[in-house]
Amino acid sequence: MKSSNTTATPIAGEYELQRLTAEVMQLRLSGEWRLRNGIADTTPLLQQLAQSQPQQLCFDIHAMGHWDTALVVFLHRLLLYCQTHNIAVDRGHLPQGVQRLLDLATATPARSSGNMASEEESLLNQVGETTLDLWHGAPRTLRFIGDCAIALFNTLRGHLRFRHRDLALLLQDAGPRALPIVSLISFLVGMILAYMGAAQLALFGAEIYIANLVGIGMVREVGALMTAIIIAGRTGAAYAAEIGTMQVNEEIDALRTLGISPVEYLVLPRLLTLVIMVPLLTLYADLVGILAGMTVAITIYDISAFEYYVQTLRILDMSHVLVGLSKALVYGICIAIAGCLRGIQCGRSAAAVGHATTSAVVTSMIYIVVAASVMTILYQQLGI
Amino acid sequence: MSIYIEQDVHIEVRDLSAAYDGQIIQQNLNFTVQRGDIFIIMGGSGCGKTTLLRHLIGLKRPFQGEVLINNISFTSATAEEQEQIKRGIGVLFQSGALFSSMTLAENIALPLIEYTTLDSNEIRDLIAYKLALVGLSGCEELYPVEISGGMRKRAGLARAMALDPEILFFDEPSAGLDPLSSRRLDELILELRANLGTTIVIVTHELASIFAIGNNGIFLDAESKTMIASGNPMQLKENSTDIRVRGFLNRGEA
Repeated sequence: MKSSNTTATPIAGEYELQRLTAEVMQLRLSGEWRLRNGIADTTPLLQQLAQSQPQQLCFDIHAMGHWDTALVVFLHRLLLYCQTHNIAVDRGHLPQGVQRLLDLATATPARSSGNMASEEESLLNQVGETTLDLWHGAPRTLRFIGDCAIALFNTLRGHLRFRHRDLALLLQDAGPRALPIVSLISFLVGMILAYMGAAQLALFGAEIYIANLVGIGMVREVGALMTAIIIAGRTGAAYAAEIGTMQVNEEIDALRTLGISPVEYLVLPRLLTLVIMVPLLTLYADLVGILAGMTVAITIYDISAFEYYVQTLRILDMSHVLVGLSKALVYGICIAIAGCLRGIQCGRSAAAVGHATTSAVVTSMIYIVVAASVMTILYQQLGI
Repeated sequence: MSIYIEQDVHIEVRDLSAAYDGQIIQQNLNFTVQRGDIFIIMGGSGCGKTTLLRHLIGLKRPFQGEVLINNISFTSATAEEQEQIKRGIGVLFQSGALFSSMTLAENIALPLIEYTTLDSNEIRDLIAYKLALVGLSGCEELYPVEISGGMRKRAGLARAMALDPEILFFDEPSAGLDPLSSRRLDELILELRANLGTTIVIVTHELASIFAIGNNGIFLDAESKTMIASGNPMQLKENSTDIRVRGFLNRGEA
């Protein structure tokens, strides 16, 4: 480093290319080559070099002040250019420190098989890749579902591979702890159903049918759907994040090498949990929704609690409840499969866990919506 | 140099090619690990050492070729044979890979409950002994998050040793350990080999450990994507004609 220029006002780094002989050119560096002044642009210099095509390049640094990485970056780019265009570079006049840093930077050749190529993919290419990924993902999903079925079968034959305490904790977490949010949502949804229906029914003086609307609506469709959406966001996402983190932490690998199937040990208890808890929560949500409808009917439309109760009992029978519960059961399976699948497929970084969680919720929603449509149509056709 | 006897081959790798995300990482790997060997998989960072290890323990299917443990190939083994193989190996992962929702005792108990008929008292005693062996006496009820990285690694070793496996695999055992713990681990490895006849396979680039305990090994190269040397690391250091191997084993001072 030179310190002769400290008293003068520092000038930002500048360079000038001069021809010494027919083959040799000299690059004269002057001023302060500091990062705070920015890094000099090499493009005009490289163009100049391309035009004059020298055989050799040397440096003159007499007018150069302080330097730091800014200079080294500039020279590094220059050297790479000279290397590919067969221009010999005489680094002899450069400061010792710069020479050593450049030596370090050029010691290992750049990796040829790097991942730089992936940036320039055309849109068509990307669409194709994504579609292929989806296509290749389908067998993996199917295999996972198959593994789950086999594991379930083994468990039913009495091969319990997971710990009872794990199941108990999972049940507690997915069930009782979800009660507040399930209560809130189903109460509001029940109220909305009642309000919207009542506004129309009041035109005909048929306010008492609020009970029918809310009762059948909640029990057959909305209770299960709302519960499923809450659980997908709450518990399904948690499963993906938990299993994904275990993947990052090599815990899944450790299980496998211990000869314990992650599906039997991790997925099955979660599947069982949701198979049990989503229908139970749905029953609860139905009840809360009906109470919300009753609240609206009593406070706004002057229907007595007893009237509402009798009307609800008259319209609801067991088949409605069973339809709702069967939907809840299917939703529960969907959520558990989506959450655990995305967790198991998780990559090995923090970002991958985030992606797995997002993907779990989205996948759950898709499964739920498809299942809901199919079952609604099916039950309609069967006349249940 | 060990004399080659057919029955003594514990692990055999035949013409193995390992791929990761469709990219070949290592190819044409052929080597054998004898019973009781301390076998070192050496090589610079990113050359595929850990990927090779994941093939040896059956976590990844070979792109080509096969891995035989006790003359049984992972790829063609029946479910029972696979179980049998897995029962006989223990793996210490780079981070320890303890189950974070379980205490150390529960971590070690898991394979014991899974594979043995010991009652809870026997299991408790065994856990206490295994933890003492790795210098973690009295840590039974701690959770993995409550202990340091080095302790986690040692607890991971206790779990890997729980079933007295025939083969122990180590992925970078000394990474993250202080010099003394690292030395202690080397001594423990030698003891295990001497007293239980355990075959040990270690992925590492820790030169001190390589020379202190390794009696056989292979050297992987990232550039040529295959093994470029095999044998006793000490002898490789002295006799190898390959400049890459000499450079690595002599810290570039060859």
